[in-house]
Amino acid sequence: MVTWFENQIPKVVLAPSFVALLIFVYGFIGWTAWVSLTRSRLLPKYDLHGTIQYKKLFSSPRWDTAMENLLVFGVLFIVISMCLGLLLAILLDQKIRVEGALRTIYLYPMALSMIVTGTAWKWIMNPGLGIEAMVRSWGFESFSFDWVINPDMAIYAIVIAGVWQASGFVMALFLAGLRSVDGEIIKAAQVDGIPNWRIYSAIILPSMAPIFLSAFIVLAHLAIKSFDLVIALTGGGPGYATDLPATYMYAMAFSRGDLGQAASSAMVMMGVVFAIVVPYLYSELRAKHD
Amino acid sequence: MKMTLFAAASSLALSAATLAQAGPQAEVLHWWTSGGEAKSVAVLQEEFAANGGTWTDMPVAGGGGDAAMTALRARVLSGNAPTAVQLKGPAIQEWYEEGVLADISSVAEAEGWDKVLPASIAAHMKCEGQWCAAPVNVHRVDWLWANASVLEANGIAMPTSWEEFNAAADKLQAAGIIPLAHGGQAWQDATVFEVVALGILGAEDFQKAFVELDQDVLTGDKMVAVFDQMRKMRGYVDANFPGRDWNLATAMVMNGEAAFQIMGDWAKGEFLAAGKAPGEDFLCASAPGNGFLYNVDSFAMFDVDGSDKQEGQSLLAKLIVGQNFQKVFNLNKGSIPARTDVAMDEFDSCAHLSASEMTSSSKDGSLLPSYAHGMALRGAQSGAITDVVTAHFNSDMSSADAVKMLSEAVANSL
Repeated sequence: MVTWFENQIPKVVLAPSFVALLIFVYGFIGWTAWVSLTRSRLLPKYDLHGTIQYKKLFSSPRWDTAMENLLVFGVLFIVISMCLGLLLAILLDQKIRVEGALRTIYLYPMALSMIVTGTAWKWIMNPGLGIEAMVRSWGFESFSFDWVINPDMAIYAIVIAGVWQASGFVMALFLAGLRSVDGEIIKAAQVDGIPNWRIYSAIILPSMAPIFLSAFIVLAHLAIKSFDLVIALTGGGPGYATDLPATYMYAMAFSRGDLGQAASSAMVMMGVVFAIVVPYLYSELRAKHD
Repeated sequence: MKMTLFAAASSLALSAATLAQAGPQAEVLHWWTSGGEAKSVAVLQEEFAANGGTWTDMPVAGGGGDAAMTALRARVLSGNAPTAVQLKGPAIQEWYEEGVLADISSVAEAEGWDKVLPASIAAHMKCEGQWCAAPVNVHRVDWLWANASVLEANGIAMPTSWEEFNAAADKLQAAGIIPLAHGGQAWQDATVFEVVALGILGAEDFQKAFVELDQDVLTGDKMVAVFDQMRKMRGYVDANFPGRDWNLATAMVMNGEAAFQIMGDWAKGEFLAAGKAPGEDFLCASAPGNGFLYNVDSFAMFDVDGSDKQEGQSLLAKLIVGQNFQKVFNLNKGSIPARTDVAMDEFDSCAHLSASEMTSSSKDGSLLPSYAHGMALRGAQSGAITDVVTAHFNSDMSSADAVKMLSEAVANSL
């Protein structure tokens, strides 16, 4: 009896959260999928109308802008954050003094909310208040840094703020990875007279492959669900030049009373997330089975 | 977290209501939470209490009403709608189609609303012929505000046509003054757009374009001219405009940095709060063109159970359109009364102009709903138009492309 009970305890303990997960994640994904196939406006309606919302979505120029922005922002944000984070980690790994303090300084931006980051960078990059005004006041009258108000460049301004926030965190991940490489191998390589850059490129970095993957997954989902950074930094503007899928969905659901359209954009966003996460999960699970 | 707080608050409110059974009850959902607005709504609250009613206040701040609409959706879906909700324009009809609005025709007929409200404003308050909402005020949107001393110093009179406006703006720009104070937010772009459109299209075509969504007008030559003028307006705005709030733009006019602003009459509240006098420090005039774009705040009445609540609803409706509230509220808010028979003695000269032009434009059919402020179209359509307007204003898109995009966006949103 006792052993039976002991065997069942994990299941009993996990059951409530399992049920909650089933309802509140998968249940509501199903609900959203259903609503995305209806003509719901203010309140959800449940009569199916086929793929009309998706047709509307894909013929909307604003959605195109949002998806393009996601691509630009996502790629630049992930690549720059990872390169910068790796560089910082390697530099910090050179057995320097006050490493602890420096590490904390670089990691601090992650402790801020995206809203704070966005608001601060909005002021820093505002041509009338921030960098441009400062450099001009030094006498460089022709200096111009107006990305945040230029519709073609505003998305890059968001990349700057996002990278500032996330690269310290990536650095911490990579630093942990660097430290986990077996010191004996490195010493052996040094004894053999292999130059430092070769040690990094041929031994340390390849053995850190799982860290690269985790950093990529964390950054990718940060990029896809980015919402507060855009809202605080540009409000989606100028015009809708910096709209992302998440801000598009918010505008449709809460400002325009167009639930069907919002649901369809949510489903497409989920598709994008799945496209990244599913291969990752697949490779993880397969690795365990092997 | 917000939702649980909100649920807790509403269940508290519910238990409070069951305790105090006597007298008319009203639970009012609104987003008038900033200084002047809160004071205005307190007037109604006091009057309601003076008539023996129990008022349950349900202010939901944030997002220009978006947060309140989310709260309302949750309440309606759970079958527990508030008595009255601050709603306006076609949103009233949208909620009516969901089958959740009450019929307050008995109050409206007893009080003779039809006789005292302009016909086009009364039409917004009716759902399939029956009264379902009560109007609170009329904000005029097509105002041109100006700094009096800046205009005088440059020898400029208030422009009465867009050509005059352009000439004045060029002159100001040459003198180193920002001609147009503007904030680059989508709704502000849309506000300037619809004021320009009213001036260039005229009242009849404005109605066709932004109420009936007539494709011929939306793609016509005059619409191209509207976008041409918008391109000019873009040149009259300073470089730091993106994301600026409207009241900061008003402040630029106040301190002489900029000469003009196109904004609804809530801008007047900013001038008055800074101690500026209309006609002396700042000027108000209807923007070039013939017509009057209104933005009417109103309370929609939702279906409620129980005679005490229904009684409260009737009392509330009666008080909202009553002479006293219409006067006191609008003195506080800067708008003008929706009913035309309120004594205007205590109002300022801008309000007098607004009231007399509302009456005259109501007669010649140029009293029109503002599209930018959600009076003319439903959210999906007006949003689609705003997307095009703001995309054009913030890029170097040609007018012809903008018109093409406009007609596609409208067709796509239906």
